[in-house]
Amino acid sequence: MNQSDTTEPMIRLDRVSKVYPGQSSPAVAELSLDIARGEVLVLVGPSGCGKSTTLRLINRMIEPSNGRIIFDGEDVTGVNPDLLRRRIGYVIQQIGLFPHMTIADNVATVPRLLGWKKDKIRARVDELLDMVGLEPNVYRDRYPKELSGGQAQRCGVARALGADPEVLLMDEPFGAIDPITRDRLQNEFLRLQSELKKTIVFVTHDIDEAMKMGDRIAILKESSQIAQLDKPEHILAYPVDDFVDDFIGSGSTLKGLSFERVRDLELSPYPMIRHNAGHAQARRVLDEAPQRWLLVLDDMDRPLRWVNDSHLDRTDRPLRDLGHPVRAKVEPNATLHDTLEAMLTSMAGCACVIDKRGSLQGVVEIEALTDVIRRLRANARKHYEDENGQSQPTGTPS
Amino acid sequence: MSGITNWFEYVGDRWSDVWGASWDHLMLVIQVMIVATVLSVAVGVAVRNNATLRNIALGVAGILITIPSLALFTIFIPIVGLGFKPAFIALLLYAILPILRNTITGLREVDPNVLESARGMGLNGTQRLIRVQLPLAWPVILAGIRVSTLITTGFAAIATLVAGPGLGIFIKDGLRRLGLPLSMESVWTGTIFTILLALALDLVLSTIGRFTTSRGVR
Ligand SMILES: Nc1ncnc2c1ncn2[C@@H]1O[C@H](COP(=O)(O)OP(=O)(O)OP(=O)(O)O)[C@@H](O)[C@H]1O
Ligand SMILES: [Mg+2]
Repeated sequence: MNQSDTTEPMIRLDRVSKVYPGQSSPAVAELSLDIARGEVLVLVGPSGCGKSTTLRLINRMIEPSNGRIIFDGEDVTGVNPDLLRRRIGYVIQQIGLFPHMTIADNVATVPRLLGWKKDKIRARVDELLDMVGLEPNVYRDRYPKELSGGQAQRCGVARALGADPEVLLMDEPFGAIDPITRDRLQNEFLRLQSELKKTIVFVTHDIDEAMKMGDRIAILKESSQIAQLDKPEHILAYPVDDFVDDFIGSGSTLKGLSFERVRDLELSPYPMIRHNAGHAQARRVLDEAPQRWLLVLDDMDRPLRWVNDSHLDRTDRPLRDLGHPVRAKVEPNATLHDTLEAMLTSMAGCACVIDKRGSLQGVVEIEALTDVIRRLRANARKHYEDENGQSQPTGTPS
Repeated sequence: MSGITNWFEYVGDRWSDVWGASWDHLMLVIQVMIVATVLSVAVGVAVRNNATLRNIALGVAGILITIPSLALFTIFIPIVGLGFKPAFIALLLYAILPILRNTITGLREVDPNVLESARGMGLNGTQRLIRVQLPLAWPVILAGIRVSTLITTGFAAIATLVAGPGLGIFIKDGLRRLGLPLSMESVWTGTIFTILLALALDLVLSTIGRFTTSRGVR
């Protein structure tokens, strides 16, 4: 499962500790962590557990008390920190745009430090503004105070990407933004990352954000001790201890369903019939099936009505006018979370899977979901049992 | 009415003296302000990150302005003699506090998050100072320079007591001949031209401020 087994990690923390002067307990204690190339690793944990400290150790904003930091195969514990930081994008919650500089000048900061040519810088600035969704002609010459919070944070991301660093460090980048804008920024960020494939260390204290953004998640306890490090779906399906269980909170099973898609389900047969069939035939189909509801389809196989036994007593009306309309429809790439939501609103307690044209592909019943949940749990448990004896259940390379 | 007419006549008759004294006054103030600004900003930059040094610098500058002005103008005479020099030194010592205090305040008021992100992008200490801290502190520093310039322009009228240059000569003459004809006209000449000079300098400084302060922090 661990990518670091096959390729060299982009960042390796090797038993890194940080004790702030005058503090009795370390903010980070003997942390070892590999961050693979191109992955988003989320550090999540309660306030004060050392997330920001850990992040700032990577670009040496804070000097480690102990241990080594290996960046792209090179021990950077002793290099010039300013040169190191120009290779690492850094985004903080408060953004910290330079208020006296235009957006273009802000974004151009690192390229200028690196001595790029003027033309190249100008082209790069426009490219970046475009990338983060700020129309260059509109925003290039504005000042930070002329931006909304969301726009300022986009600008902060553009600035961090200035000289195309391989690594981005982000400390609660969307923490101070309203929920709707945050959701949009998260989605844009994920889209951007699917193109850029940067190595990203992302700090948050919001477990839902962690689940959404992370390829892997490190759940930290105090002094940056890793409680569990794994893919979000594994953590949800198999929290290793009470701390993790408490931290991911109630409803983790439901959250886990967000990582599974309808198209991966094996759908069992469901009783169905065309709308122009007779009542007798309909009753026969329903009687032969274990289900209590019959699905009526139109000529194009599009689901029309849910019909049950008592509805079929009304022989005076055609099948297409009986029962209840079908509302719960999902497409194959819908998540199981959305599917479950649709099922809960459905008369029959089922969701119809339809293709682009609306034709039925199958019916999802609640048993299909419980099967998935059972399988997820079993897989996650197996994943940890397989690793037993070789390494920690946290997945940390020893 | 006749008082004002008389005054205009008085100034008209001595226009070249008035002009000469104003010019000398202006030159004295400008030289003091240039040296005071460079010195105060340099000290402010040097002590900005150290609470003890900051307090020492501000304490010393504070003590300087509590020295009675008559004394401050005279105590340097044994060392540098009469004329421009003792006046220059005395005015310089007075001019420091407002600029120093505003430099320190301005530098320390820079948003720590801005400095954090500057450091995070790999600006070294000097680059942070020159590209971020000083430009952001500049409006505050300039406000200090303006206050200091007003004070210096007024105080420069005392320079005449140590045989220094400037408009103070008219005030001193008037005082000496108090009660005699044209004594008050003389005092008014020194006073009004000093005020005009101060206002003109302030106007120049505020114009400089407009052109040297980024639109983003105005
Ligand atoms: N500059 C500092 N000097 C001394 N102690 C510090 C310093 N910065 C952080 N600490 C301490 O180190 C510990 C970890 O702090 P850190 O900022 O890394 O936590 P965090 O996980 O980022 O918390 P939050 O979610 O609240 O941002 C805390 O106990 C904090 O009080
Ligand atoms: Mg933090």
